[in-house]
Amino acid sequence: MTAPGPPIGMLAELTHRCPLQCPYCSNPAKLLKANAELKTADWVRVFNEAADLGILQVHLSGGEPTLRGDLEEVVSALSSRGVYSNLITAGVNMKPERITALKNAGLDHVQLSVQGATPEITEKIGNMKGAHENKLATARAVRAAKLPLTLNAPIHRHNIHQVEDFIELALDLDADRLEIANVQYYGWALINRTQLMPAWDDVMQQVDIVEEARERLRGVLLIDFVTPDYYAEFPKPCMGGWAQDAFMITPDGSAMPCHAAHTIPHLTFDNVKDKSLADIWDSSPAFDAYRGTDWMQEPCRSCERRDADFGGCRCQALAIAGDAAATDPACSLSPLHDTMLKIAGQTQSAGEMVDDFTFRRIGVQQADRIAD
Amino acid sequence: MAAAKRHRTMITNESRPDLPAFVRLQFEPVRGAWALLSPEKVMWPDDVSHDILKRCNGKMTVAEIISSLAVEYDAPEAIIGDDVCGFLQTWADRRLVIA
Repeated sequence: MTAPGPPIGMLAELTHRCPLQCPYCSNPAKLLKANAELKTADWVRVFNEAADLGILQVHLSGGEPTLRGDLEEVVSALSSRGVYSNLITAGVNMKPERITALKNAGLDHVQLSVQGATPEITEKIGNMKGAHENKLATARAVRAAKLPLTLNAPIHRHNIHQVEDFIELALDLDADRLEIANVQYYGWALINRTQLMPAWDDVMQQVDIVEEARERLRGVLLIDFVTPDYYAEFPKPCMGGWAQDAFMITPDGSAMPCHAAHTIPHLTFDNVKDKSLADIWDSSPAFDAYRGTDWMQEPCRSCERRDADFGGCRCQALAIAGDAAATDPACSLSPLHDTMLKIAGQTQSAGEMVDDFTFRRIGVQQADRIAD
Repeated sequence: MAAAKRHRTMITNESRPDLPAFVRLQFEPVRGAWALLSPEKVMWPDDVSHDILKRCNGKMTVAEIISSLAVEYDAPEAIIGDDVCGFLQTWADRRLVIA
């Protein structure tokens, strides 16, 4: 299966270092240290190759990307080529002058994560004192610099009761967009699934709250809603299809179709230090593995939705079905869908507001468990 | 409940639509197509959408945009007027057009 056309977007994880320790982090359980990270010149070259390839948007993420002192330089590399740059930040370690410097370097948009709508929840989830106030200050500095702002609220059982408060917070901070993003259970979130999975009634109530707010705030606040997989009828079209129009680069230069692809053990990834982005996009074996529909099994293979949701998430198929080529068990047509619903039910009752999270930390693969 | 600092933009014939600073309409040479870049989303406007969007410069009123399109498409203003207003209202509601 050859490349379907040029990619549109690329996620660049500039570092795994982060001041927060959120127990659902999308980074791998085995985190890279600073000495493994690509150098400034590598990223500048990769971003020029991305522009040549037809990539229009680059999301600068981590870890915490602002821990890289060369962030202004890599943002400049993108803006000089007309590539839209989006900074994905926790916003706990930034002075207003840094935001101005990034704006002057050509940054287009800021996505700020909010773990809670109150200091108590933000500090508990990120395991960092003072995080909430720092985030609010960052949000205000972003708007003062006339940069557009998206708030991203990852939702789980410890903050699902705050969905209305997140909407109020977004209005108060003059955000352009709000993402109510239910946690996806792989990597760190899978380790902490029992502690994080929300209750069914809370999920249903959340849907009503979001739908009402979207109607009430039409033209005022855009609300993107990432629904919870474990309660879905059909799976999400993960990444818009495997290696269809986007991919990501890890801090040490591995090119992966999605940020959890490393959980699929038989895949091997090309590195931007060895190959051009064009070569990787066209012929990386990991990109070819689940591209298009040829790899599909039943019930996906003959399903009329196969080009709409691409069989869902490969990493979730592996995590639940033990086979990355299986139908995503989030799909009601999967033979394992009931198993997934049972996991949801069991983890909910077992996880009755348990908060002994395995916090995300570098160098703690078998992370020590910390009780509050 | 916090008071919203923003209000829904309602498009009228007198509005002067513009693209916000963080929305860019640019030609993408690899595909040979016009792209509209916005936070977290890339759109590929068709010819008609592109003809409307490129006139959103903060100077022309909606009425003037409709007149200009009527000439270019050799179509009556009464026919295309509603479509243009509807298009701009939809885009304003997605915060991709300001006025």
